Amino acid sequence: MSNNTPFAPWNDEAAVPLIQFDGVSKKYGDFLAIDNIDLKIYPREFFALLGPSGCGKTTLMRMLAGFEEASAGKITIDNKDMAGIPPNKRAVNMMFQSYALFPHLNVVDNLAFGLKRSRMAKSEIDGRVEEMLRLVQLQKFAKRKPHQLSGGQRQRVALARALAKAPKLLLLDEPLGALDKKLREETQFELMDIQEKTGTTFVIVTHDQEEAMTVASRIAVMDHGKLVQIDTPDRVYENPNSIYVAGFIGDVNIIEGRVSHLAGEEAQLCWAEGTSDIRGMAGPKIQKGEEAAFAVRPEKVALSVQEPIERNNRVAGRVEDIAYLGNMSTYYVRLENGNLIKSQVANDRRISRRSVTWNDQVWLSWSDTAGIVLPSGGNPS
Amino acid sequence: MTLSKRLLIFVPYAWLLALFLVPFFIVVKIALSDYAISIPPYTPTFDLSAGWAGFVDFLSKLDLENFVFLAEDDLYWKTFLSSLQIAVIATLLTLLVGFPFAYAIAQAPSEWRPSLVLLVILPFWTSFLIRVYALIGILSNEGFLNQFLMWTGLISEPLAILNTDIAVYIGIVYAYLPFMVLPIYATLDKLDGSLLEAAQDLGCTRFQAFWSVTIHLAKPGVIAGCFLVFIPTLGEFVIPSLLGGARTLMIGKVLWEEFFSNRDWPVASAVAVILLLILIVPIVLFQRSEQRLREQNQ
Amino acid sequence: MRKTSWFNVVSLTTGFAFLYIPIIILVIFSFNKSKLVTVWAGFSTKWYGELLSNEAFLDAAWVTLRVGLWSSTIATVLGTMAALVMVRGGRFFGRTLFTGMIYAPLVMPEVITGLSLLLLFIAIGLDRGATTIVLAHATFSMCYVSVVVSSRLSTFDQSLEEAALDLGCTAFDAFKSVTLPIIAPAVASGWLLAFTLSLDDLVIASFTAGPSSTTLPIKIYSSVRLGVSPEINALSSIIIGLVTIGVLTASIASKRAIRRQQIEERRAIG
Repeated sequence: MSNNTPFAPWNDEAAVPLIQFDGVSKKYGDFLAIDNIDLKIYPREFFALLGPSGCGKTTLMRMLAGFEEASAGKITIDNKDMAGIPPNKRAVNMMFQSYALFPHLNVVDNLAFGLKRSRMAKSEIDGRVEEMLRLVQLQKFAKRKPHQLSGGQRQRVALARALAKAPKLLLLDEPLGALDKKLREETQFELMDIQEKTGTTFVIVTHDQEEAMTVASRIAVMDHGKLVQIDTPDRVYENPNSIYVAGFIGDVNIIEGRVSHLAGEEAQLCWAEGTSDIRGMAGPKIQKGEEAAFAVRPEKVALSVQEPIERNNRVAGRVEDIAYLGNMSTYYVRLENGNLIKSQVANDRRISRRSVTWNDQVWLSWSDTAGIVLPSGGNPS
Repeated sequence: MTLSKRLLIFVPYAWLLALFLVPFFIVVKIALSDYAISIPPYTPTFDLSAGWAGFVDFLSKLDLENFVFLAEDDLYWKTFLSSLQIAVIATLLTLLVGFPFAYAIAQAPSEWRPSLVLLVILPFWTSFLIRVYALIGILSNEGFLNQFLMWTGLISEPLAILNTDIAVYIGIVYAYLPFMVLPIYATLDKLDGSLLEAAQDLGCTRFQAFWSVTIHLAKPGVIAGCFLVFIPTLGEFVIPSLLGGARTLMIGKVLWEEFFSNRDWPVASAVAVILLLILIVPIVLFQRSEQRLREQNQ
Repeated sequence: MRKTSWFNVVSLTTGFAFLYIPIIILVIFSFNKSKLVTVWAGFSTKWYGELLSNEAFLDAAWVTLRVGLWSSTIATVLGTMAALVMVRGGRFFGRTLFTGMIYAPLVMPEVITGLSLLLLFIAIGLDRGATTIVLAHATFSMCYVSVVVSSRLSTFDQSLEEAALDLGCTAFDAFKSVTLPIIAPAVASGWLLAFTLSLDDLVIASFTAGPSSTTLPIKIYSSVRLGVSPEINALSSIIIGLVTIGVLTASIASKRAIRRQQIEERRAIG
């Protein structure tokens, strides 16, 4: 990103996508694994396919690698139709979930494996392997076999091996799934660093929304073979287009009701007898008078003992449960109509100083733009 | 499908068709033919040059005569029944010896168990024939069993064991013991010790716990072991031939004699067909129980 | 819970005594001076000497070895192919029949296998000899090989092969440079199994052998029919010794390799 305009080729009409899916479907017998997908991924993107297991994200990736053929539609990479092109003839490499390191070969031979099959001179191969070892900082482990490496080291060998042939596109199938939480967080930044250094387009498959949020330039949320939303991480989080996405990415409170007012970006939801309507942002595909759901993140819901009269959105309730998470606490507040609303509060004071406890009457409130009114249905599974 | 994959399927497939399935049909065909003093010693032979008419002619000469002969001659009835009887009794005897053996291995300290299992497998690798031969030296009149029994004073005259059905039973138990021990051991080894503790905790005595938990959970291994002994025993030749007497009737031995001594190929083939028909029942049962087990494990 | 009770000790001792005493006695009496194999008359290795000068036995040994090497090698190639078909073949016409033909020979009585193959060889006019034994042995032992290899293949991480394809291998290249080296131990033990099965087989060989191609088991069987002899004890001892050494070496080597791998893995993590 040498100039000051942010990296956003998807907003640029003139940008040429590296990968293009046109009406792609995949059937296994009667089961529709991929359902008529259109998608463009641009060069140098770090693109995340996010979804629960069985949503079709891995199938989508395997179609890019060439292990699966589309049943319908067209996939192009670099403007070339990929139909019928076997994996070994594609400028695409993959980092496997199991790493798939060849157990009978040491690190160097694993890294050189692909290079040896690409008519490269011996000296050139050695140079490239050396370069890859440096990239992932494994020079000291060059002669080790995979079983003599730790999980993190194996993960780096797998990454280096997939990058060794300098592919146009690197596919990563749950690349950090086998690592423990701490190592995973460190490795996420390493991945981003390497992606930027090599300028390769990365497509990552993951079910871990935090991971996708951290590394990706754009996220595609998938469900039952369909792309539900494709957007930047912040937009997916702040402006989900469905309850499904809102619930899959992070934690969310859902209040069901009926749209009572709709004007431009503003919407109001009538939700319970004797309460004022909730004000929020208008999501896509909602209509006045129709059923809808209001979604608001727990950290945007404030908790107070006194009634916050300055806010339009305020409801009273009773603290039913408190989950203490160290840096923050989540309060589970039961409203009079029975709804349970979560409010997340940063613990910037020591625990003994906090005033609210179980069974206290409290007020919850949020700003007019904190939440979003979404079409109802499609609850997170 | 790619060419290399077609080739991969074709080669072993063709081999098995030619050397397993086709020979089997030849056996059926000859079982339906008649004995003749000629080379080969059966008629009709199929004459390719006569074409379709030859084929029809050939078919019309096939009959069930050999099977009728087998059904009428009570030697064969007795043979089939006595084979079944020997196989059933021998299987139960093997279970009787094999279960405590497998149980003891499963109870042994865990660092010993792999070596003990290897010791059970080892005889399986050494020649079957040689092991049966080794028993002759033990079981014969002046053999070590009789020497030992006479030395202890239990008997004063050597017992005639060799060349009797008893020797056949001993031979089968001896030769097929590993087939019984290994599957039972495999199920017992997986048995979670805490299950027995739980049973005792819930008020069972040690014996009750053993009876209601161990035996019950070992059932798949016992079933597998029994089939693995029973099926090959039914068609066994070496053991009845070397250890059994003239009066030991087993199908394998009769088939061999019919073929090599009487040179009656059609009858030998008919015996083979009937042996196979008898075997289909336990084989299908065995397949089913294995299938069920696999489904349970999933 | 696992205690060594007297019952278990007795079971173990009886079991192993039963399995091993006949073999041990057989080996001991191969060194007997007397012609009797039940009365000890002093140590001697003369039966081994006699065995080595017995042309008939040496010929049979040579035939057996040749048949064993050829048949086990053919069986390993065919069995490995069959295992690949069973585990990776997917659906194809006649798959059930194929699987059936792989498993059937494992439970087929040897007398039937032998008889049917002999009738086939006669029907097609193939002269009986070492070749026909090789064909017969390769056929039934390929099924054992394919069972051994396919059980290894079914636990084989298929993404390894996909990785090879992804890195530019053709399907055959991927098999040769990735799959085969990894399943090699299973293929080797399949070969060993096929070899010992061939070495061992009396019934099928008797049916399919010609007059000029007597194998050791046939030779042993026909002499045993005439009575026990120390020469057979000597021959048996040699065979038992070779097989035992072979199996023990193979199993200790594989156990060592697994242990070493476990230690190295622990070190890598720690």
